[in-house]
Amino acid sequence: MNRWLPFEWIAAVRFLREGRAQTLFIISGIAIGVGVIVFMSALLTGLQANFLKRVLTSQAQIQLLPPDQVARPLRNGPGEFESATIQRPSQRTISIDQWPKIRDRMLAIPEITAVSPTMSGSALAVRGDASRAISISGIEPASYFRIVRVPDYIVAGEARLTSDDIIVGTELAKDLGASLGDKLRVQAASGTAVVLKITGVIDLGNKAANERSSYVALRTAQSLLGTIGGVTTIDLTVRDIYAAETVARRIQASNAVQADSWIRTNAQFFTAINAQQTSNNLIRVFVALSVAFGIAAVLVVSVIQRSKDIGILRAMGGSRGQVLRIFLIQGGLLGFVGALLGSAVGVGGLVYWHSTVKQADGSEMFPLVFERSLFVITAVLATITGLLAAMFPALRAARLDPVEAIRG
Amino acid sequence: MGEEVLRLEGVRKSYNIGQPSETEVLHGIDLRLERGQFLALTGPSGSGKSTLLNIIGLLDRPTSGRLFIKGQDTGMLGDAAITRLRGHTIGFVFQDHHLISAFTAQENVMMPMLVDRGFPGADIAARAGDLMERVGLARVAGNLAANMSGGQQQRVAIARALAMNPDLVLADEPTGNLDTKSANSVFELMRQVNRDSGTSFLMVTHNLDLARRCDRIVDVVDGRIAGE
Ligand SMILES: Nc1ncnc2c1ncn2[C@@H]1O[C@H](COP(=O)(O)OP(=O)(O)OP(=O)(O)O)[C@@H](O)[C@H]1O
Ligand SMILES: [Mg+2]
Repeated sequence: MNRWLPFEWIAAVRFLREGRAQTLFIISGIAIGVGVIVFMSALLTGLQANFLKRVLTSQAQIQLLPPDQVARPLRNGPGEFESATIQRPSQRTISIDQWPKIRDRMLAIPEITAVSPTMSGSALAVRGDASRAISISGIEPASYFRIVRVPDYIVAGEARLTSDDIIVGTELAKDLGASLGDKLRVQAASGTAVVLKITGVIDLGNKAANERSSYVALRTAQSLLGTIGGVTTIDLTVRDIYAAETVARRIQASNAVQADSWIRTNAQFFTAINAQQTSNNLIRVFVALSVAFGIAAVLVVSVIQRSKDIGILRAMGGSRGQVLRIFLIQGGLLGFVGALLGSAVGVGGLVYWHSTVKQADGSEMFPLVFERSLFVITAVLATITGLLAAMFPALRAARLDPVEAIRG
Repeated sequence: MGEEVLRLEGVRKSYNIGQPSETEVLHGIDLRLERGQFLALTGPSGSGKSTLLNIIGLLDRPTSGRLFIKGQDTGMLGDAAITRLRGHTIGFVFQDHHLISAFTAQENVMMPMLVDRGFPGADIAARAGDLMERVGLARVAGNLAANMSGGQQQRVAIARALAMNPDLVLADEPTGNLDTKSANSVFELMRQVNRDSGTSFLMVTHNLDLARRCDRIVDVVDGRIAGE
């Protein structure tokens, strides 16, 4: 008998230990419930983290674009329209007005950590008989690589861009039958063409992107696309990724640009996450409820079985409060121990699933992300659930009339 | 007259008050017990002996009348004070030993001290050990109650009743479930404790042979004291 453990704890542990099968079954039940919650939550966190990492290292968190060109109805006079139907003008390659000024303004905003201007457009890549439509991004490597980790995606060569270099996607290189060091002829719609050398091949983890993507120096893109000195977008990263949308709105309000945050461009993802989060929470609530009812049922039976013991404790000077606490502690302990085992079950299941379920190319489906907070919160909530569930049986035990309890 | 441990004045007890089945079980009991006395309570089944013992043991309250423990009127006390008084002044020995099966024999003996103090401690364990020795069970102190004979269990119950050094031990047919030999030795043990430490005993028994070996015999018939 532990010398410093309060009497109520000793009695609670002994009672649980004596009620072997009951204790074992209810703890298994709790562990399964908690295991499911841990499994689901960690999986969701993993998938989310995976997505965020992919998104945030392969695209800007905020993109500044030239304001959408809106056509207005032609008017002759008040209430008199020349042409009522309005056609959206074709969006040509338009440069952002006075972009260096906007860039400087962005650099001055404390929430913004990186700013990079880009000139992008489409072109045709030709090598021998093969030709492919490609999208060209003219970038300033130093600032751009802080936003999109191009060097991380390099599978051959290096992320170096002088005015005669080009970095292409793996599929594009394959389609053109080109490899590192080969020359490509890149031709714009206007007819302007340049010959560029492949200095790097990148794998963006997405076939469509690998088929079309290419990077060149900003100047090269500007001269190819015929907009000397212009840029089509300014890419930004922010300190707090979840504040991106607010920052974007603020920028748009005070500059002649359209500001799109990653939150807005990935709205679908957030809708999906929210739906998952909602169903996850529902499952949590129902698991918690069934755990609570399970604990309550077991303890109600235990109070009946132990009514003699309770009567004796009361006859020997045990107070109602002590009896109450003995059963509350049992509930809390069941919840806590069940949560510990359940966490182990959830982690075990996740590790197993992680090792058996793979993506088509053999890479992991989701990263294993175990946040300590998940386990702490789970344990705390399970313990509280146990305590609450024990409330009713514990009160019954405390209210037992000792005479009747002893008579049994 | 010796020092008074217990006094009852006109104690009545009714069950199912306010219902059609309301019955008065005790019809005005007057009783006085002095320190060191060993009193046997006899009487036919259903006469109210256990009811009386539960009232004296502060497990139940009389419907009317007064109960004094060591001169203190218990009718004034609240639930918590009653519980404390019970723990400190009264020890119980029931017909079925009523040991708590989740604990060893010695731990059962520690129980009254445990609930009183809230924590175990070396002194409590040592006192329980002494008591186990006193009832002749030092060797099996670590056994679970379930693995002991009826006579042994009742000895453990006596040791437990003595744990808080009570003024009064209430025993409701402590030998009722024992064979003659074990009954004798359990009774002798209580008598011994009574002589050695002056603890008062109030024992309900149907065994007239044992009753005759007590200081007093009080006969309860139909909820009244029929004679002494
Ligand atoms: N909780 C109760 N509700 C109603 N009646 C009760 C209750 N407890 C006891 N009685 C009744 O009170 C009477 C006295 O019971 P009690 O147990 O005190 O008798 P006893 O003298 O101890 O009998 P025995 O020798 O058989 O143990 C009995 O008629 C019993 O039915
Ligand atoms: Mg009786």
